[in-house]
Amino acid sequence: MRAIRALSAALLVLGLAAAPAAADASASASPSGDGKAPAQAGTSFRTATEIEQGRQATANGSTGDYFYWSFPADAGQRPTVHATVKLPQQHTTQTWQVDVYDGLRRRQACQYGAQTRTAAAGAASVDLTCVLRTVRAWSEPWANDPLPGTYYIRLTVVGLASSDLGLPVAAEVRADSKDIGGAAAVDGSLAKPLVPGIAVTSQKDGDDDRHAVLSDIRPDGGWSSGWWSDRWVWTGIGAILAALAGIGGYALTRGSGRPSRVPPGV
Amino acid sequence: MITRQRLAAGVCALLAALTAGIAFPAGAVADGEPDGQAAPKVELVLDVSGSMRTRDIDGGSRMAAAKQAFNEVLDATPKEVQLGIRTLGADYRGNDRKTGCKDTAQLYPVGPLDRTEAKTAVATLQPTGWTPIGPALLKAADDLNGGDGTRRIVLISDGEDTCQPLDPCEVAREIAAKGIGLTIDTLGLVPDAKTRDQLSCIADATGGTYTSVRHKEELTDRVGQLVDRAADPVVTPVATEGATDCAKAPELKSGLYTDREEFGQQRWYRVDVDPGQELRASVSVADDRAVNPDYGVLLRAVTVHGREIVRGEAAGTGRTDVISTGLRYPRPESDDDNAPAETVCLQVTNSFSAAPGVKTTPGLPLELTVDVVDGPDKARDVAAFGLGRGWWLLGVLVVVGFLAGLVWGWLSRWRVAVWRTN
Repeated sequence: MRAIRALSAALLVLGLAAAPAAADASASASPSGDGKAPAQAGTSFRTATEIEQGRQATANGSTGDYFYWSFPADAGQRPTVHATVKLPQQHTTQTWQVDVYDGLRRRQACQYGAQTRTAAAGAASVDLTCVLRTVRAWSEPWANDPLPGTYYIRLTVVGLASSDLGLPVAAEVRADSKDIGGAAAVDGSLAKPLVPGIAVTSQKDGDDDRHAVLSDIRPDGGWSSGWWSDRWVWTGIGAILAALAGIGGYALTRGSGRPSRVPPGV
Repeated sequence: MITRQRLAAGVCALLAALTAGIAFPAGAVADGEPDGQAAPKVELVLDVSGSMRTRDIDGGSRMAAAKQAFNEVLDATPKEVQLGIRTLGADYRGNDRKTGCKDTAQLYPVGPLDRTEAKTAVATLQPTGWTPIGPALLKAADDLNGGDGTRRIVLISDGEDTCQPLDPCEVAREIAAKGIGLTIDTLGLVPDAKTRDQLSCIADATGGTYTSVRHKEELTDRVGQLVDRAADPVVTPVATEGATDCAKAPELKSGLYTDREEFGQQRWYRVDVDPGQELRASVSVADDRAVNPDYGVLLRAVTVHGREIVRGEAAGTGRTDVISTGLRYPRPESDDDNAPAETVCLQVTNSFSAAPGVKTTPGLPLELTVDVVDGPDKARDVAAFGLGRGWWLLGVLVVVGFLAGLVWGWLSRWRVAVWRTN
């Protein structure tokens, strides 16, 4: 009996120690290795250049251009967009801004990060960041929550003197995401991710590479089905602990071994 | 019995879903397939006016820089691109405005590219006459007529239009309103303020880009980039015309559409959504002219009886190319297999405004994407599968488990005691 009690205590301690470890073991979205990063940007939602998460994309253009990229974001991720603009040698004060739109072209709010920044005259570059909200697997149609699908980045100058218009600039952009895991897990899922044109693409064979589609984007391992979250681990461990505690409680009421008043051999 | 009925209903539903899937019309998107019809077309429009003689680009004349850039771009043009070259102000030396303003000629016709021929043609150019940008753009748009591919005009000029009152900016807007997928990119060679304003206005009017060029390699890189961009396969939208109310609205399937919407105008479209399907629509309205700095767009999904289902709205301030919003409407599954498709009316309004004197026609370019996807979203519990997470959960489970164990233990002791007494 003593052995069992010791074992349950050990298991309890082990379980308590293992729970957070298992819960936090969700790896963050890691950049994948090879392949060329795109060296251009689109000029509209329709022509946005598709980039992968964790990959630095570059583009050359002119002050006043609207640079568009798109990247996939899946449920449980909290995407962060970093953009750096290298400004020409001579320029006056300029204000740059990065905006992020979801697959329905709805503007998505930045939780924090310098989304808009003004570069002083002659500054060499300007850095912008936008940290989005965590992407949910599902939300009500009336809500503006970020949902799995395509995300568009739009980088442009929003305030400039007309003398600066058309000067050459170089832009770098990168989308990363932090895996939030089960803390943001919700039940429910979308029928299809919010990828524009998906109703048209899914009807056709995917053989033709040059077939133009609005957005043909997917995360590295495909879209998550949405059923897995670390809540399974937490709840499972909770159930084991509850069972152990139950055994412990039961054992307490029984005392150690046979009651003393019962004579041996009965 | 009940089970069998349910099974039969399930099979029926499955069959209905399958037939719906098959009968679902093909999307209304023109494919960017690389056949002759859809080949991207680009026309380079080069200003050959007298001012191109000025020697201020890296020590050489503007004309020399343009020629060199053209040679390099011709070498690097992707083979699927049909490239043409048009000049303006290349032939007429005189002072007669009327004749000078008609001086635009096609140097190399739009079609499969013969590099040697094109280069020879470029080499003959001599800076000569006037700068009739407007007429040249009109002619260039005609050159690019036909085909389903993207069409792009690259205008290279060093001076403003000398052929008023035809405003090239208005011309560009008209061209963009007539043709679908036609973009004008402009490059100013060492531009002054007036040239810059005019060229950037032309670019803005068509969703193109404006670049000011001061060095040779800038010119080459930019023209090359623009030609390459034309070669990227892009979905060509389908032109549609929204109505003033839902009853007369055009019926749309999944696809990408474009339309024009004037200031303060309403546009209505209709989409049929079967039970169990989800409608996704997004709209963007572009400002292709000078507008006031505060604006917005509203997209509403309304039933035929006028009840609003869901809306998407966006407002903005400051410099922008488009303002966009979207909505989605998942229609629940129906128990009735023969439930009819619901007609959803989409209403698009914009709150752009412009200073008096700005032309209101043609309307602002509007882009509408419609996706009707099968299977509505599955909404359940807010917590994932009813599962919990965190230390409080563990604590509660442990305490409750412990108490349950205690109670169970006491109960069984009590039972044993009772049994023993009896």
